[in-house]
Amino acid sequence: MSQAIAVEKLSKKFVLGALQRDTMLRERLVSLLRSPFRGRSASPNILWALRDVSFRVDAGEVVGIIGRNGAGKSTLLKVLSKITYPTSGTVQVGGRVASLLEVGTGFHEELTGRENIYLNGSILGMKHGEVAAKLDSIVDFAGVAQFLDTPIKRYSTGMRLRLGFAVAAHLDPDVLIVDEVLAVGDAGFQRKCLNTMEGLRSGGRTVLFVSHNMAAVENLCSRCIWIDGGQVCMDGSPREVIEAYMNTFANAREAMADLRSVQNRRGSGEIRYTGVEYLTSTGEPLQVVRSGDSFVIRFHYHAHKPVAYPSFGLRLYTEFGTLITDTSTWHHGIDIPLVLPGDGYVDLHIDFLNLLPARYYFSLWITGAASPVHDNVEHCAQLDVELANVYSSGRMLDSRSGIVFFPQRWKVHEAILAGAACKAGEK
Amino acid sequence: MNSEWLADFWRYRELLYFLAWRDVKVRYKQAALGASWAIIQPLFTMIIFTLFFGRLAGVPSDGIPYPLFSFCALVPWTYFSTTLSQAGNSLVSNAPLVTKVYFPRALLPAASVLSGLVDFLVGASFLVLMMMYYRVKPGWSLFLAPFFVAGMVLLAFSVSMFLAALNVRYRDVKYALPFIIQIWLLVTPIIYPVSFLPAKWKHFLAFNPMAGLLEGFRSSLFTTRRIDWGLVGISVVTTVVLLFIGAIYFRKTERSFADMV
Repeated sequence: MSQAIAVEKLSKKFVLGALQRDTMLRERLVSLLRSPFRGRSASPNILWALRDVSFRVDAGEVVGIIGRNGAGKSTLLKVLSKITYPTSGTVQVGGRVASLLEVGTGFHEELTGRENIYLNGSILGMKHGEVAAKLDSIVDFAGVAQFLDTPIKRYSTGMRLRLGFAVAAHLDPDVLIVDEVLAVGDAGFQRKCLNTMEGLRSGGRTVLFVSHNMAAVENLCSRCIWIDGGQVCMDGSPREVIEAYMNTFANAREAMADLRSVQNRRGSGEIRYTGVEYLTSTGEPLQVVRSGDSFVIRFHYHAHKPVAYPSFGLRLYTEFGTLITDTSTWHHGIDIPLVLPGDGYVDLHIDFLNLLPARYYFSLWITGAASPVHDNVEHCAQLDVELANVYSSGRMLDSRSGIVFFPQRWKVHEAILAGAACKAGEK
Repeated sequence: MNSEWLADFWRYRELLYFLAWRDVKVRYKQAALGASWAIIQPLFTMIIFTLFFGRLAGVPSDGIPYPLFSFCALVPWTYFSTTLSQAGNSLVSNAPLVTKVYFPRALLPAASVLSGLVDFLVGASFLVLMMMYYRVKPGWSLFLAPFFVAGMVLLAFSVSMFLAALNVRYRDVKYALPFIIQIWLLVTPIIYPVSFLPAKWKHFLAFNPMAGLLEGFRSSLFTTRRIDWGLVGISVVTTVVLLFIGAIYFRKTERSFADMV
């Protein structure tokens, strides 16, 4: 099989901080005048987004790339797409490459749908004649025929996404590079995306895609690469790699009581989560969480400085990375004027846990008034929900029944029940 | 500048056309408004210049009516100055594109340089009307005018490649740009004719490539003026030198655009 992508000892370095002070020409000139012989005094805050990454992809392979936020996945795709250049190492990509790092790149608000199709197609590397030939099919795919000559500033978000993806879906490349496109849009749109990718796969194209949707990676990919800290952590069959990746979250269990040592986090750090605790409604430590339980999750924090109007929030995910819900103090209309320096906690009371038994993860965040992120820890805590006799029927619900259940009642007419009893009696 | 870079540029020529087309389309979405701005800007500047420099200060205009004298320079100057400010910001204002798609980065300033030509044509057609009004009959030298315009396009591209790349690296270039353009206006023979200057200053003037090109353009329109080929020659050489400097600086820095923009 011929080779589509060859990556050899690829490294990419970012210099942080030093850039900021250096971005003014005026200051640069002044410092040149003051000490013309000294070089730039860079504070060496270096981040290796990629470090010694090597792998090969054969033509026709569909490779999923997984890893935490900030692991280097997007940087890798950007280097492969020639958008940014490696600090060292080489990259070879054979054939016509199309990269879709964003849906609808270069769309212009004032232009009509039709005009944007041509513009976007051209930006993605299609020839004018090619777009013209595929126009009907693109419009059909996007389902925007009626609005083709309307400026896209009047389009809904969903329409824009569909239009953007429709153009990209008609690229017909040898190598397709996709970044987390599946994370946006409604279920119908996602299904369309997946079908298109499926089509590409069966068409023998090489596809490289980043996703947090483990189910999609497992279904679509023939191979999976897990990247962490800018390095290839594991490379192999999707099932094995995903399992290994997911197992690292299981370590979150030990870290559950203590989030202070978590390194992989973002945010300015004025205020940080320090721990998570599960308690019963009466404040006792909780050992087991069952479907239908009422309990309290206590989030401990530590503030280094006074923080005005923080919002505490969490996102709950399934084991496969599907977002179930996002909730915060802000959503509930709770305004906290000021948090003083020191330790403290906020409690989340769950009156009725309508999650089915499975393993869940949450990511925690704290944002400030003008919404700068103070703290953001991905998949830092684990929630194991156990089997329960939720309907008091003695019959258990388990993970095969789905993700959630809700308070409900079945009503079956007496006559039907009685009739069944008669039938049973006749026998 | 190596051949691969140029080949890449050529391969993406259709995108260059589309980017320029986008700029024009957006500007001329309301056709009347787009076109009127292309005329209003040089027209009003011409009126102000005529009042203050032509009438009050009594700046000479080599026997050409002052309004026409300044307007025929203001049309190409407006093209040049708007292009510099738009192309100079083109990489920064198209940051989403630069960080998400690969294409030869020089297409962005190039597209601004091309799209500005539409405004130039609108302004130039108004210039034709003005020449008819003043009953000025151009001679054969008129056929040289497109060459001077081409020179200005090349010059605008050279300078904007440099400015656009510098703008990515240093964020205060944006603030310096209007100032640079203002100074440039004053050192270019727009308000005054070259003959207005003392002879020894003229040599310095030649190193402003816009001076030779603009003066050449103006002279090509009138049978009464002779084209100063010495001045034009130096300007053309300077333009070519600037083209190389612009392209080399651009090429040296373009690898880091996506990381810094």
